[in-house]
Amino acid sequence: MSASEWFREDRLPHIYCTGCGNGTVINCTLAAVEEMGWNQNETVFVSGIGCSSRAPGYILTDSLHTTHGRALAFATGVKMARPEFNVVVFTGDGDLAAIGGNHFIHACRRNVNMTVVCMNNQIYGMTGGQGSPTTPPGAISSTTPYGATEPAFDLAELAVAAGANYVARWTSYHVKELTKAIVTGMQTPGLAFIEVRLQCPTNYGRHNKLRTVPAMIEYLRGNAMLLEKYNRLVAGGKPIPEGTFTVGELVRRNRPAMGVVKR
Amino acid sequence: MSRVEFMQGNAACAEGALAAGCRFFGGYPITPSTEIAETMARRLPKVGGVFISMEDELASIASVIGAAWTGTRAMTATSGPGFSLMMENIGYAAMTETPCVIANVQRGGPSTGQPTRAAQGDMLQCRFGSHGDYSIIALSPNSVQEMFDLTVKAFDLADRFRVPTFLMADEIIGHMRERVTIPDSVEATPPRPLAEGSLPFAADDDGTPGFAPFGSGRAVHVTGLTHDERGYPDTTDPEAHDRLVRRLVTKVESARRAIADYEVVNPDAETVFVTYGAPSRTVEQVIHDHPDGSIGHLRLRLVWPFPEFALQEFKNAKVFLMPELNLGQMVREVQRHVDQPVIPIPKIGGELHTPAELVRALEAHR
Repeated sequence: MSASEWFREDRLPHIYCTGCGNGTVINCTLAAVEEMGWNQNETVFVSGIGCSSRAPGYILTDSLHTTHGRALAFATGVKMARPEFNVVVFTGDGDLAAIGGNHFIHACRRNVNMTVVCMNNQIYGMTGGQGSPTTPPGAISSTTPYGATEPAFDLAELAVAAGANYVARWTSYHVKELTKAIVTGMQTPGLAFIEVRLQCPTNYGRHNKLRTVPAMIEYLRGNAMLLEKYNRLVAGGKPIPEGTFTVGELVRRNRPAMGVVKR
Repeated sequence: MSRVEFMQGNAACAEGALAAGCRFFGGYPITPSTEIAETMARRLPKVGGVFISMEDELASIASVIGAAWTGTRAMTATSGPGFSLMMENIGYAAMTETPCVIANVQRGGPSTGQPTRAAQGDMLQCRFGSHGDYSIIALSPNSVQEMFDLTVKAFDLADRFRVPTFLMADEIIGHMRERVTIPDSVEATPPRPLAEGSLPFAADDDGTPGFAPFGSGRAVHVTGLTHDERGYPDTTDPEAHDRLVRRLVTKVESARRAIADYEVVNPDAETVFVTYGAPSRTVEQVIHDHPDGSIGHLRLRLVWPFPEFALQEFKNAKVFLMPELNLGQMVREVQRHVDQPVIPIPKIGGELHTPAELVRALEAHR
């Protein structure tokens, strides 16, 4: 089975803008699913509302495109009722960190055995580019016309603190690392949270001097710093460049998890 | 065979759910419904089911809908404030035709109101509370026995019509204790399976599509967006939206006669009480005290879709009297279906009408 066999070709054309990073993340996720050897009939994709959350509609499995922010609560019901199903949640920064923040921390706390892939484009893309809880300070959006003033959420750190068994962060530039992280997450019992920083040239880049896809990818690649390097710099008392975010595996552990099939 | 027990209404609701094959409960504690969750927490693990205490009521109903899509009979229970929080996802359940049961043990509102007092203030909310046009089924028990029986029935109706179905109880019925007969087994009617070759949201003759829960190998895409018969989003075609939403309403409303459930007492009477839930108990007392057949009583066990034809059973009716534990909700429905005067007898604050209060109303209007 190849990744293309998981695709609903009759849904084309898709809704994503030219240059959107979501397709890359869907592709990496399906490559991970393929590597896991999962059965299409026992795999369920769940999502909330937003650009990221349209992804399950393009995948040829049972799928639940739910209400804004609530994907993890719906997914908890699916997984707890049928633990033998493989459950993958696609979500975005607005869906997960704003309206769905409470469900996010509780799903991590419960360590429900599922994979959560967050497409963090740092903006409300679907509604046309409003500031979200991950919009970096200073960034321009239609609701932060003078630059965002609120601090941004670090979603991966939040997942670690809330108890998820596997947490990693990569970007849409790091496709190999990202795919590997999703596979590792799927193999780890408990909740696997993979944050993906990705480009939204249409609604983020356009207002922030990152008008083209290469400019946005370069921005992601240039600001991403391997965790190991980051820790080394911090330990050595070296300065961390402004705008830096860490990538890599933040945690892999074996805390008690829910929704794990007893063998 | 069956067994007889003395139990609380909320516990009877939980026992009814278990008897009906409910194997998933997602909930959040809220007075005066909490005993339903507590009973499920104690009983479900022993029958191979799942109880989960969710982080809030938005998550509770979401988890129930998720579980329902795996083909598991699933329910939640709540009261006013929690019910308000569930509204968006109740609309989602209606739009996605997800069979599920929601018990609302009503308390005084608005807002936090009277947590430990009875009310019937959510009767219109349960019908119209989520945005947009849709239809639902709601049942109203007036005894501990009916907390059991109507919960069982709610699951069958939810599956048959693929619609969120409500048990609209109140604090009095939820907390009172009565004799209840529990059968050894209950015959549950599962949803009609999706026929081979049928699209997942293409309706059969009765307006309801067959059901292919997750894992059936049918790769069903479920979305709250306006969708076509394949389940694919189609959000701009006016006809697609009209076709879908009109069907969601019609499949329930057109079954009004088929699923009607009500009691008629003294159909020749000129003065007729119309009730549902706890106030019917006071009317029963009044009729008991006036055994001359002059007082009619229509008691609705199924309130939505509203069975307006039941009012015609009282051929000699000159006036309808409607005691409710609210400032007049279902009375509007009666008023718009009959020519006779319909007199609301509203009462809020948490106590039932006394027989004397109803007799006074009776004498003032007959």
